[in-house]
Amino acid sequence: MSATLDAPRTALRPARKRGVNWEKWGWIYMRVSGVVLVVLIFGHLFMNLIVGDGVSAIDFAFVGGKWADPFWQWWDVVMLWLALIHGGNGMRTLVNDYARGPRIRAALKLSILAAVAILILLGTLVVFTFEPCPVGQPADLLPSFCTA
Amino acid sequence: MWSWVLHRITGVAIFFFLLVHILDTALVRVSPEAYNAVIGTYQTPIMGLGEVALVGAIVFHAFNGLRIILIDFWSKGTRYQKVMFYVVIALWVLTMLAFTPRHLINVFSH
Repeated sequence: MSATLDAPRTALRPARKRGVNWEKWGWIYMRVSGVVLVVLIFGHLFMNLIVGDGVSAIDFAFVGGKWADPFWQWWDVVMLWLALIHGGNGMRTLVNDYARGPRIRAALKLSILAAVAILILLGTLVVFTFEPCPVGQPADLLPSFCTA
Repeated sequence: MWSWVLHRITGVAIFFFLLVHILDTALVRVSPEAYNAVIGTYQTPIMGLGEVALVGAIVFHAFNGLRIILIDFWSKGTRYQKVMFYVVIALWVLTMLAFTPRHLINVFSH
């Protein structure tokens, strides 16, 4: 009577032999999105924290000035999607490594998925429905081009 | 091992900041006053120091992530993984030396 132990890092369920290898594509996604995110986030930090007066210059007018340009709208939306999915998949890895019990694991992964999906939807809607010159708002809070 | 631990810790920290940052930015859709009130809290001295920590986490995660890619795809990556970790730390120090004074001047002189 000897107890048998699984080999270290034995998967909870055996890897599928057929169909799409989602873990492989997730692995590739982390690397491809990672390279793109380095460029997008370093550019974001440079524009918002280094140029001009940095963080102290950020207000509604600053954001309005940026998002009046489709270039920065798309920059931020691509960054939003890539970063949330990259971060969500990373959090999934941590749940797989550290969370015990099937119900807690499922609940945590569902929470991550919900947070990622809701924030992608919210962020995309905000960027593309943004109105830089809302009517009835004090002109001194708005981008300078609103009064032109 | 420490590169692996730091990659996880910085990753989690960045993820939770990202959740908050999307919500605060979404306030531009509510009103200019609402957005300015919340973004004003990012311009206080304490948050200014927090932003140094955040950028430090992002810069480490970025450089170490590129190191991971090189370990995976460069034929000599595993042989030089330790050297590349020291390169990551050196680049991190240089980047933070360039960023931190500039950022703290922006935070404390306004």
